[in-house]
Amino acid sequence: MTSMSASPSTHPSVHPGAGEPLLSVRDLRVTFQRQGQEPFEAVQGVSFDVRPGQTVGLVGESGCGKSVTSLAIMGLLPKHGNHVSGTVDYEGTNLLTLSDQEMRDKRGKDIAMVFQDPLSSLNPVVPIGIQVTEVLERHRGLSRKAATPVARDLLDRVGIPDPDRRLKDYPHQLSGGMRQRALIAIALACKPRLLIADEPTTALDVTIQAQILALLKELVQDTGTALVMITHDLGVIAGLCDEVNVLYGGRIVERGERHELFAQPRHPYTHGLLASIPRLDAPRGQRLQPIPGSVSDNLPWTHACAFAPRCSQPIEVCTQVMPELEEQHGRALRCHNPVEGHR
Amino acid sequence: MDNPLNPNRKKQRIDDLAATAGTGGGAGSVAVADLTVGDAGHIAESTGVSLIASAWSRLRRDPVFLLGAFITLAFVLLAIFSPLIAPHDPTAGLLLKEVRPQTNPIPGARPGYPFGADSSGRDIFSRLIVGSRQTLIVGVMATLFGFIGGLTLGTLAGAIGGWVDSVVMRVVDVMLSIPSLLLAFSVAAIAARPSQWTVIVAIATVQVPIFARLLRGSMLAQRGSDHVLAARALGVKPSAIVFRHMLPNSLSPVIVQATLVVASAIIDAAALSFLGLGNPDDRQPEWGQMLGKAQQYIYDHPALAIWPALCIIVVALGFTLMGESLREALDPKSRR
Repeated sequence: MTSMSASPSTHPSVHPGAGEPLLSVRDLRVTFQRQGQEPFEAVQGVSFDVRPGQTVGLVGESGCGKSVTSLAIMGLLPKHGNHVSGTVDYEGTNLLTLSDQEMRDKRGKDIAMVFQDPLSSLNPVVPIGIQVTEVLERHRGLSRKAATPVARDLLDRVGIPDPDRRLKDYPHQLSGGMRQRALIAIALACKPRLLIADEPTTALDVTIQAQILALLKELVQDTGTALVMITHDLGVIAGLCDEVNVLYGGRIVERGERHELFAQPRHPYTHGLLASIPRLDAPRGQRLQPIPGSVSDNLPWTHACAFAPRCSQPIEVCTQVMPELEEQHGRALRCHNPVEGHR
Repeated sequence: MDNPLNPNRKKQRIDDLAATAGTGGGAGSVAVADLTVGDAGHIAESTGVSLIASAWSRLRRDPVFLLGAFITLAFVLLAIFSPLIAPHDPTAGLLLKEVRPQTNPIPGARPGYPFGADSSGRDIFSRLIVGSRQTLIVGVMATLFGFIGGLTLGTLAGAIGGWVDSVVMRVVDVMLSIPSLLLAFSVAAIAARPSQWTVIVAIATVQVPIFARLLRGSMLAQRGSDHVLAARALGVKPSAIVFRHMLPNSLSPVIVQATLVVASAIIDAAALSFLGLGNPDDRQPEWGQMLGKAQQYIYDHPALAIWPALCIIVVALGFTLMGESLREALDPKSRR
């Protein structure tokens, strides 16, 4: 991994979180039509900003709408059977109103994405090198020949040893961590200003997770790329993100700066998530504290707090009125009865 | 090969085959087992066992495959070198003077003529050997044309989807619902003058819907795959997605099917010639045509029919055994 530090930063240093938002998501709603059933609203009015160079986390358990949010931003949801509303402003352009052609020109060039499973996200019958040059040919108009040294440098940059040989290798010849490195190289090939990483470390084992996260962190710092990190793993958030959005049941329930949020979670869900992490310094014999129930216990947001049935401290109003997202001192919270005090 | 009375079973079988593409697709690509778990810092020393490598290691020890491959190889070599191997000119009436139209129209076996001669005094052994060439040409060409036709239709349906998919697949369903031989007869009967090419076109027509349906199924499986989504997320153009990312990964079940289709093409070709819809020129010997000619002497000289029939059966069996073992070896569900 020594090779990475050798390559100089291509962008001037960008202060994370400074300036106008690069991406501004407002009231994003995604509804899936289901045959013979009520439509299902997977994302119910999500709003958040990503500023240049900033790393923003979207955290939540399975089914809370994280991945659907990212696919909606990328315009990758299936054409039929769903309805997307709201706005996704990228540098003043609403991505949701762009044509397929315009969106294709943006994807991979301005906004790139890294997926969960590094093996199945690479084309099994095409050598790695071709898969890297493909993007360069597509968005930077390079010839295959001109793109090959660039691809080689990219693989080198993400810490793949012997990149000349690896260019000719097929995905199955690389280990899981290498494949994810290759995917990151592909995603960053055209120097996008925004990278969306959808659980990039879930399919990897723990030591490799740490390496991939360190790599991502270093790359976004070097290039000034803004990163949207989608994960269910609070450890990933703790090590990487500047700002954290906690999603529950398709809505943001809490947002805050990383240190503040971890030090003082206000929403009972965030509090429960943090409390359920096993701790090495916990007294012997102390049991894990899970959040009871599952997503299927959710109440509809329209006239309640969806989390109320699983909440540790519900009050009467929780099952009658939907709490609004209230912003205060750079933090946002959607709760009738927030947790008080430090953890 | 198929029960011609049951088109639904035929469709089901094609769809089952297509389903294997999604999970095991990508010829020679999907890692079956990475021998080293390897930390990310180091490249796994093993290159992984590719699908082809694992299939080959199983096929090498599979007696059924070896038998099929042996028959197929022997047949192909025989067809290529047939003029050198045949002891006599297959078109010359060498034993014509032995033919007694009234008493004994078929000269029996004798030294140099192990299977005797036909009613024109031509050596049957040489005709069988030279006939392999026609059989191979018709079988392979028909499969090739059927493959190309099916590839075009299947790609169209699988890549574009929507109403194009519906229209193409309904046409394919109609073709599949007609018993295959009947369809081949109909196409062959349209031609004014039957020839080798009408046989090829007729049989290719029958194969087109099989390939189309199979390819479309595996293309659909590819369309929902992660790497196609990843390619779309990179803004790759739709044409490149189809031809670089979807098609190459969808081909393996279609290629396996092609070996099986050669067998049914050979049988269908023989059937067409037998019924007089094949090449009428008997200076080009062909097994189905020999079988047809043998009909009038079948009670007194059954050997005349048995030899070409046996050739057809053995060759079709060879291709079928090879194709079935290939399919099994490449099927991820049957892999241990």
